[in-house]
Amino acid sequence: MASNNFFVPASVTSSGRPVLVPNEVECNLLSNVDIEHDQDDAVSSPLKSGHFILTTHRLLFLSSSCSSTAVAIPLSAITHIFSSKRSLKSVFHSPRFRFQVSATPDNRILDSDPGRVTGLRSVVITVVVRGKGDWELFLSKMWECWRGRAWETTPSETGPASASASASLYASDGSVRMVGVGGLLRKEQEMWESTDRSLQEAFQDLNALMNKAKEMVMLAEKMRQKLLAGSSSQSNSANDEELGSKEEMQDWLLSVGIVSPVTKESAGALYHQQLSRQLADFVKIPLERAGGMINLIDVYCLFNRARGTALISPDDLSQACSLWEKFDVPVMLRKFDSGVMVIQSKSHSDEEVFGRLRALVTKPEALRHGISASDAAMTLGIAPAMAKEHLLTAEGKGLLCRDISPDGFRFYINLFSEISLDDLFLVKDYGIYSTWVKASSASG
Amino acid sequence: MMQKLGDFKLPAFFNYPPYFTLQPVRDTREKQIQLWKELILDYCRTQKVFLVLLEEEFPLFSNPVIERSLNNEARETFLSALVSEGRAEWLDKGHRKCLILWHRIQDWADIILGFVKDNGLEDSVMTVEEIRSGIESRGTELHGMDRTILMRALKLLEHKGKVAIFKGTSADDEGVKFSV
Repeated sequence: MASNNFFVPASVTSSGRPVLVPNEVECNLLSNVDIEHDQDDAVSSPLKSGHFILTTHRLLFLSSSCSSTAVAIPLSAITHIFSSKRSLKSVFHSPRFRFQVSATPDNRILDSDPGRVTGLRSVVITVVVRGKGDWELFLSKMWECWRGRAWETTPSETGPASASASASLYASDGSVRMVGVGGLLRKEQEMWESTDRSLQEAFQDLNALMNKAKEMVMLAEKMRQKLLAGSSSQSNSANDEELGSKEEMQDWLLSVGIVSPVTKESAGALYHQQLSRQLADFVKIPLERAGGMINLIDVYCLFNRARGTALISPDDLSQACSLWEKFDVPVMLRKFDSGVMVIQSKSHSDEEVFGRLRALVTKPEALRHGISASDAAMTLGIAPAMAKEHLLTAEGKGLLCRDISPDGFRFYINLFSEISLDDLFLVKDYGIYSTWVKASSASG
Repeated sequence: MMQKLGDFKLPAFFNYPPYFTLQPVRDTREKQIQLWKELILDYCRTQKVFLVLLEEEFPLFSNPVIERSLNNEARETFLSALVSEGRAEWLDKGHRKCLILWHRIQDWADIILGFVKDNGLEDSVMTVEEIRSGIESRGTELHGMDRTILMRALKLLEHKGKVAIFKGTSADDEGVKFSV
């Protein structure tokens, strides 16, 4: 608990994505990270196995088990980032890096202008990377962001955009800033610069890699052999820790690329997880507008339009949607019998749609001539393809029946259940059958 | 305003367009099939229709008022439902000709026996044609009945020893000796 008080609390969205401040942009992410700090009273439970997100303004720690724990470390509080020591030991242990932050005398991390607070102390925070993320890249990005001092530029720069941005869902996320002509130009510029840089670096890197490649492969192969030998001999004290480090070693070897398949998936999973949460936040407003259900294809277009440049593939989208089952998000993916896939809010009920369809098909005109999918689409305010799915579902429930003729595919209120088998000519005085008889004889 | 086919009164749902489209949902379809079975039997009984040909015009299978007609799949489905209940028989493998049995063969046999008793024909001889169109049968259900169905009923009676069927004088007519 004390460790939570030490950090600055951070707010997250209902689907577990961090809420960013204006102009804040997400830069990198590490999964499965522990955070410890060296306070005297740090007997408190440290922050264990969470996502560690780097933004231009903050370091965010999100507990991965439940989204209840979310804390932040303002980059402005960082006074020093220690360069990581490299030793042979570091190969076998989880990598870790440390940095120093300012804390107030009452043992809280500094979250304001240091000039006004006296009696500041320094606290060293250690980040233990238990996952397979590229922590070195993270650290270098962290350097960049820290030096960038983005928190010092005033948010008023964005002017009126920031006011309207708070209404748009995407404003809570960094990637929106890449939309519009300005965003495109900026992105273009960045791309040119990075291409230029990476071209220069590529040749240097390539040479270095060529020199080291043979050694690295030999080293890795030797280690793997040793591990295999170790696992077969039972003389070793096979305690859990050793087993754990062996697994880590295997993973490490895999990530080097000796035996390739797992790495891409393990790296990709995290990406889809985050995408999934972001998507859940994004669809809320389009869903409301579409009446609680929206075609997956429409979402794909809207989502990519909102993303502007960093487009996602249809496959990414379907993976992100299928991950919703695992998270507590207010939306769900639904597949109709026809194969059409839609996103539906969990509060959206078929009953309500059926009620509206029933009202529609019992109007005198609809009793006589039925309704088409486009009639239903207009009434429900949704796309005809969606309306047809609703009509077919209602048909399956026995509410409607179909009429296929040269005039097209139409739906009528289901009268079959009300017609008597004992007397085919019997029309009771009440019920929908008699209403229909009256309506249809009025026309002819 | 009651719609009619000749002197046959049509029920109100005959103008309900989905009645003419085979319904895909099970419960709805079962009810639809039952309604069609009843209507077909009703119509055939009152109009003395014994044979329904799928590819030829059968008045029930289309409704010009609402411009709907049954497709072949629906026609075959409804007639097959009658066949499975013993209320009809396919006359060909291709399911194109259907004999409608508004009385089952057993019931037709009982009607023949009743006719024989009513007319004191217990030990007489009649030709098949006489049963169908003779003076004796006039005013009964036997008058004008389908020859195939009549022969089936007579064969059933022969099997039970109630009649003997033999070749008649003319080549295409058979004689029936009652021994009730």
